[in-house]
Amino acid sequence: MITQTHSSETRASRPPLGQATESVVLNMAMETKPLSTPDSSASNPEWAALMQQVRDHQDRAAFSVLFTHFAPRIKGFLIKSGADATMAEECAQDVMTTVWRKSHLFDPTRAAVSTWIFTIARNRRIDMLRRQNRPQPEDLPWGPEPEPDQADVLALQQDTENLAQALATLPAQQRDLIEKAYFGELSQSEIAKITGLPLGTIKSRIRLALERLRHIMK
Amino acid sequence: MPIQHHLEDATLMAYAAGSLPEAFNLIIAAHVSLCDDCRATLESYDAIGGAVVEHTECAEMSPGSLAQALARLELTVHEAPEPRRNTGALPTPLQDYVGGDLDAIRWRSIGMGVKQAILPTSSDATARLLFIPAGAAIPDHSHAGTEMTLVLQGAFQDEGGRYARGDIDVADGDVTHMPIADMAEDCICLAVTDAPLKFKGLLPRIAQKFARI
Repeated sequence: MITQTHSSETRASRPPLGQATESVVLNMAMETKPLSTPDSSASNPEWAALMQQVRDHQDRAAFSVLFTHFAPRIKGFLIKSGADATMAEECAQDVMTTVWRKSHLFDPTRAAVSTWIFTIARNRRIDMLRRQNRPQPEDLPWGPEPEPDQADVLALQQDTENLAQALATLPAQQRDLIEKAYFGELSQSEIAKITGLPLGTIKSRIRLALERLRHIMK
Repeated sequence: MPIQHHLEDATLMAYAAGSLPEAFNLIIAAHVSLCDDCRATLESYDAIGGAVVEHTECAEMSPGSLAQALARLELTVHEAPEPRRNTGALPTPLQDYVGGDLDAIRWRSIGMGVKQAILPTSSDATARLLFIPAGAAIPDHSHAGTEMTLVLQGAFQDEGGRYARGDIDVADGDVTHMPIADMAEDCICLAVTDAPLKFKGLLPRIAQKFARI
């Protein structure tokens, strides 16, 4: 099921992305992509503000806005992932309840709201369709900063938006492949053929946020 | 010493996409718990998942679903932030499977001082903790499928280099290897396989039938 070809290589010695010969190489110059209008975007900074309202003030109006936007998308995602409509509806409800319950774990310096909600929906899907527990990485024990620097929050939302834009402008065939992977339709060896995703910028940003959190702990 | 041996991007993407067997999810979660580099990569792949959800065709929720959700919130406890600091040797996802830290592991001897404990996961792959006495070798073996080994205590050497706490070794069917534990300390690892190991020599193969490795 799993195939690894560079088993003993460290990260540093791996060939750079894009040199694979038989892989699907996705070339994107993400820095030059225009930004979309904020209203409809995956990482609308407003979502992060609404999540903070939910977290700090148990704000039901803010929750309703998030629900109206995200619940139909989660339901659609679950149906694409193989759930029937009834199950998907029920799970979308569960996912949104979890968003409310676990809002204190949302860290806007490391994830856009869409990212965070995706992780909850994916875990719920594994639980539901495969009846399996999905082990999670340990939470950073000191959790998200209560008052993160807004510049960091905005920068991360911007990186997420750039990433979403880059994906949206891919040729349909390549975009389909990525979607299939996230709907759970591809094996590990098929996923291994997807290379060249423009993760550099967002990865560095998240890495910095993690370092900052580790530093705060000390 | 920072972690030297990491997970491949494709493995982290498959974990983010949610398409791996439970035992592999466990070892990846355990490695990411110890490795901020892989955590940052993983969270980037999660961001792609977020973009996929955002662009998925919407499926209309039934009328009244928002009202229902709001009614459910009344019954839902808004969990308080609770700092959880894990001071144990086992990362939290592993502690959940063991039911505690190192002292809670129920070892079974498999000979030559080597002990193992199989963890309860779905049957499409096997996760087990291995105890290798300082200086000892795991019998020479190769793999029909993929084996991942995460060091939790001590260190071992094999053809791929030296692996200490947090390092993960990924071996597939082409590799025959013989990991040897460092002299300084007993080595404890988490090993995950999606197919049984093939030992060279008759005796280990007989032992294998009983030890389920």
